[in-house]
Amino acid sequence: MAQLLDVIRQRMPRMRAQTAQIDKPTSRRVRPQPTPVDIAPDDPLVAYFLDTPGAVELDRLKLDSPALRELKAAGVAIAVPLVSQGELVGVLNLGPRMSQQDYSSDDRGLLNTLASQAAPAVRVAQLVRQQQIETRERERIEQELRVARLIQQTLLPKELPEMPGWSLAAYYQPARAVGGDFYDFLPFSDGRLGIVIGDVTDKGVPAALVMATTRSILRTAAQEGQAAPGDVLARANDLLFPDIPPRMFVTCLYGILNPHTGALVYANAGHDLPHQRQEGGAVELRATGMPLGLMPGMSYEERETILAPGDSVLFYSDGLVEAHNPAGDMFGFPRLMTLMSDWTDSTPLIERMLNELASFTGAGWEQEDDVTLVALQREKLACAPVTLADDEASEDGWQSLTAFQTPSAPGNEREVIAKLESALAPLNLPHKRVEQLKTAVAEATMNAMEHGSHYEADRPVDILVRANPASVSVRIRDMGGDQEIPEAHTPDIEAKLAELQTPRGWGLFLIKSLVDDMRVTSDGVYHTVELIINREGEHHASQSL
Amino acid sequence: MPARAFDAHVRQRQPRVAVIDLEGEINAFAEATLSAAYAEAEQHEPKAILLNFSQVDYINSTGIALIVTLLAKARKAHINLLTCGLSEHYVEIFNITRLADFMSVYPDEATALSAPAAEADA
Repeated sequence: MAQLLDVIRQRMPRMRAQTAQIDKPTSRRVRPQPTPVDIAPDDPLVAYFLDTPGAVELDRLKLDSPALRELKAAGVAIAVPLVSQGELVGVLNLGPRMSQQDYSSDDRGLLNTLASQAAPAVRVAQLVRQQQIETRERERIEQELRVARLIQQTLLPKELPEMPGWSLAAYYQPARAVGGDFYDFLPFSDGRLGIVIGDVTDKGVPAALVMATTRSILRTAAQEGQAAPGDVLARANDLLFPDIPPRMFVTCLYGILNPHTGALVYANAGHDLPHQRQEGGAVELRATGMPLGLMPGMSYEERETILAPGDSVLFYSDGLVEAHNPAGDMFGFPRLMTLMSDWTDSTPLIERMLNELASFTGAGWEQEDDVTLVALQREKLACAPVTLADDEASEDGWQSLTAFQTPSAPGNEREVIAKLESALAPLNLPHKRVEQLKTAVAEATMNAMEHGSHYEADRPVDILVRANPASVSVRIRDMGGDQEIPEAHTPDIEAKLAELQTPRGWGLFLIKSLVDDMRVTSDGVYHTVELIINREGEHHASQSL
Repeated sequence: MPARAFDAHVRQRQPRVAVIDLEGEINAFAEATLSAAYAEAEQHEPKAILLNFSQVDYINSTGIALIVTLLAKARKAHINLLTCGLSEHYVEIFNITRLADFMSVYPDEATALSAPAAEADA
């Protein structure tokens, strides 16, 4: 029988046949050297093999087929297609018989039997091999994704900074093919907070590495909060540009929050615009600037917004707004704007967004991109307004009578004491006690507005009035928690009348003289004065402290 | 609540006693008006000036400082500064601040004008 040359094994992308030199009878036997022959899937020979089962003598075949010419040139005399379940999985190629005689019908019968048994085995072997390759590829990709996730999760903040009067929340959910989302918080020694959110184009390890680099560059460029956001982004862009891989860039927003004033100064390198929820609706926080790493020498517009008590800002990545539902619709910016406008803080902002995203995309959604959300909220009041009927407000028997806020402006203490008087009415306190408390509260409110809030309209004063069976308490809170509170001294009226001292300086003295107890607390941001009077018995105002 | 405007009018009640009727809130906003009224009352070279607080419903610590300023001026000019019409609460404030040690406090104008402090040198 002629020497078996070989079997083609792979069909994709081009079928490959292997053949060999044929030994001459007189020559020394030489190990066959297979010469691969590729058969294109659209070669007419493929269709012929599928239509005509059994061994084919190539010399008798008249086809305009590049593969046929190649096989003939390689010395193949007879080809036996290996067909399994209607698919050509290989071709058994044989050169001329060593006897130089033609193949007999017995030979062809034997080859056909061999082919019918070999074809399924070859197919199984092909499938096993294909599966092994796919498994190795999957493992390689999974390993890469594990590395990318590890890089990202290692570098994302482990804890959220705590700021009295503010709440901060963050959410990060990587897509299966990890994207390059990141966020970062930079607490500065003066109490301000740097906030970063960004997104690197591309996915996997390359994106994670660029994210890690960008994060380090931004941290350095921030210079402990000394550098303005626009300058930080410009510097980061120039440092990143020379080293960032081609076709990659980073969108990034950097803002610095002053928790005392509520001012957020920010610059934006092409990142999705944050949304601010404020009284009356929501607004986009716009600032223009090119993404980082695209071209050097860029400048970044700097803007400022003020977060009033109760305001929130949502920073997010495109994984939210570019999510699709089963119908192919995108979540989109208009939906986000409506959600922000309609949001009430009965549900935390991030939870609200995730609920909406889940109901939009439906069950079984495969997340397309990383989803990153950072929510910043300025609390409304130290103590939420509650009513006498609200049992939850009671603390050691204290019940809230009223809680409200007043803008810091001269004369506004009158509004405060009018509300105080109304709140105290149900208690039927002696008139004198009410008048004493009113004056003390007016003075404390004036101090809060003047010294704590510097009469800045966006730094209001919070008032909470509570009562228990024995006492009435009024808390007056301002944002001057970082300032020293002077001691109360008894004013020297003789010196004042002799014009040796300023005629002023009566406020703190009056307060301490008119109430039974005064407690001052400060947490670095807020400064709270609590005034307490006893409901029973009469307070005898003293002339000395 | 907008601050209630402050007003002050000077009346000559006895040959050498001027009455300043105060009305509204005595706080930082009252300074110019109060100062002008005092200057007007002082023009007649009175022996006593009576501050009538009966129409005043609010005095804060800045208002106290304004009254201290008037009292210092009056003492310098040897004018008796008297008060009347203060509510019980503000009488207490005048006691706490010891303003009452330096200016006589009367319940009403008639009592004040018939008191020796107003009549003695009048």
